[in-house]
Amino acid sequence: MKKLFVPLAVATAAMFAAAPIAIAKADYESTMLLVQKIFYFHFATWMAMTLAIAICGVASVVYLFAGSKIADWYAVASAELVVVFGLFGLFSGSLWGRKAWGVWWQWDARVTMATMLVLVFLGYLMVRKYGGPGSEKLAAAMGIFGAATAPFVYKSVDWWRTIHPQTTVMKTLGEKWPGAWYLVLFCSAAFVLLTVLVLTARVHLEAMRSRLDDMYLAAED
Amino acid sequence: MIDFHDVRLVDVSRHFGRRRAVSHVSLTAASGDIIGLLGPNGAGKSTIIGMFATLVAPTSGAVTYGGQPARVLGGELRASIGLLAHELYLYPELTARQNLAFFARLYGLQPSAAVGPALSAAGLADRADDEVASFSRGMRQRLALERALLHRPRLVLMDEPFTGLDDAATEVVRARLHALSADGAIVVLATHDLDLADGLVTRVAVVRSGRLVADEPAAPGLRARYRSMVGN
Amino acid sequence: MRPGFVAVALLVLKKDLAIEFKSREIVYTTLFFAVACVMIFSFAFVMEQGVPVEGAAAGILWIAVAFSGTLALGRTFERERYSETLRALLLAPASRPAVYAGKLLGMILMMTATEIVLTPLVAFFFHAPFFARPLLLAALLGLGTIGFASVGTLFAAMLVRTRTRDVLLPILLYPVTIPVIIAGVRGTAALLQSPPEEPVATLWIGLLTAFDVVFLTLALWTFEPLMTE
Repeated sequence: MKKLFVPLAVATAAMFAAAPIAIAKADYESTMLLVQKIFYFHFATWMAMTLAIAICGVASVVYLFAGSKIADWYAVASAELVVVFGLFGLFSGSLWGRKAWGVWWQWDARVTMATMLVLVFLGYLMVRKYGGPGSEKLAAAMGIFGAATAPFVYKSVDWWRTIHPQTTVMKTLGEKWPGAWYLVLFCSAAFVLLTVLVLTARVHLEAMRSRLDDMYLAAED
Repeated sequence: MIDFHDVRLVDVSRHFGRRRAVSHVSLTAASGDIIGLLGPNGAGKSTIIGMFATLVAPTSGAVTYGGQPARVLGGELRASIGLLAHELYLYPELTARQNLAFFARLYGLQPSAAVGPALSAAGLADRADDEVASFSRGMRQRLALERALLHRPRLVLMDEPFTGLDDAATEVVRARLHALSADGAIVVLATHDLDLADGLVTRVAVVRSGRLVADEPAAPGLRARYRSMVGN
Repeated sequence: MRPGFVAVALLVLKKDLAIEFKSREIVYTTLFFAVACVMIFSFAFVMEQGVPVEGAAAGILWIAVAFSGTLALGRTFERERYSETLRALLLAPASRPAVYAGKLLGMILMMTATEIVLTPLVAFFFHAPFFARPLLLAALLGLGTIGFASVGTLFAAMLVRTRTRDVLLPILLYPVTIPVIIAGVRGTAALLQSPPEEPVATLWIGLLTAFDVVFLTLALWTFEPLMTE
């Protein structure tokens, strides 16, 4: 991974540099025109958040049941990313909502559930910070429950019809509007790469911290 | 019921973040032993007792019961372990009888058979139906001791068992521990009181800052020998 | 004979009931707190002519249940913390998930008692037809209680040795149980429409069942590793 890090970072930077240009050149959507273009980043950030939630969930399970320290590093790193990407998603969604539908905020299913997920993983970070010794295990419980509720967020839109676009929009996008579909994939890939990169760096930080703790303990011996 | 004749701590360490509670401790306790775990407060005695009890997992090293780790033996192992901890583990709102009956049932014992003798042994037969909240520290200690021994465990762990006891009660407990070890139980006793341990323990393990600084058969005159080590 | 799963759970439950029966402290104070909650929210939502806001009834009921449930959770586990008796339960050869199940049953009973008091009260204050479809309402409340209590019991137990447990419990519990509350409120609100929207309520009942299965399974599965140091 170390060898790949710099090339990947360069690639990601290039993708993020290219994305705005590609987005600006993309066709307008019929009803929402310019505003719809937020969608490319908005959707991509949810992809990144979902990936981070999945990683956190799995890592939490591994940490809780196998006691693996490395799993714990991945869990905390991905939890932070969930919060970051989640907040960006809520922010971009809010901007889009304001322009497209006239409201800064709407309590529809997906927004509510997404906010809830951000709160759950904020709770994860809070318990790690303020929970005292052994709080990694408590946080792992939050990670597991958070990841378990995430699938319901995805499906919630189908059950609770409001102004939010439903899940069918994405599935048929490839046929109806290929240009947009490829752009969505491109942006999502960029965000996913960004997630992987930041995750790697953050896990590295935790690894260093752990080494420092080990050295403290060894020094006492 | 799982049975074993020795318990070993093999190079166990336990740290909480950067704080080392127990550091590379190796200790063996066999049937008939009364191990005195001596040391000042905060030395790590309670953590070691917790590790013997399977409540605290070591961060490195192994704890074996007759050669097997707790993981392999499963929950049934806990039926052979009795713990008298500093916190006593008694429900203050319940009566002495109710406390004992609850734990008896939890361990699969018949309350009618087990509770009566335990109450007599604790000298609380006349206060059996009073709430534990109304008991003095000494009375609770005696009751907690009986609760810990209700299921006749092979491994008997005691963390400061003499707290709050008067001389008569202390003698009763000492006799009890002698009888247990004569019966083949493995007794590990943590205390900071060297005088009380004198003549009671068969082996002395001195713990200081999480480390084992002495591990030898007991000889008369514990206070003189270990006072400097324990730092009283 | 070592007691089995159900026997241990019932043993723990009976013990908790025996303790509670003596002083009835948790029951009375929790009920009073729940009623106080309802009063405060009602005042906040009442409009000019003393008429309550429409549709507030369902929300207020569930919020009061959630808040008082959290309080009861904290108090129940405070009892186990007092002499570290939770550790004694873990020390016994009994199956750990069975200990969890016993605590959970006690919590469900406590919350059900609260709901039995609150539902008529809210119906009364809000002129809301809560009893148009009593079975569906009972199903909603019951399933919602199981979902909330299953996560709550797990979190309260795992926080028992944490210094900041009082504030961390709500911080951790509320976000995770938001789906349960939403489902409960939306289902109840559907039942309060005239005529009651039964298909909608049934949909939410189905969702609650799914949540309960997931949460309960996860809780039983993670209880043991969470409780050992």
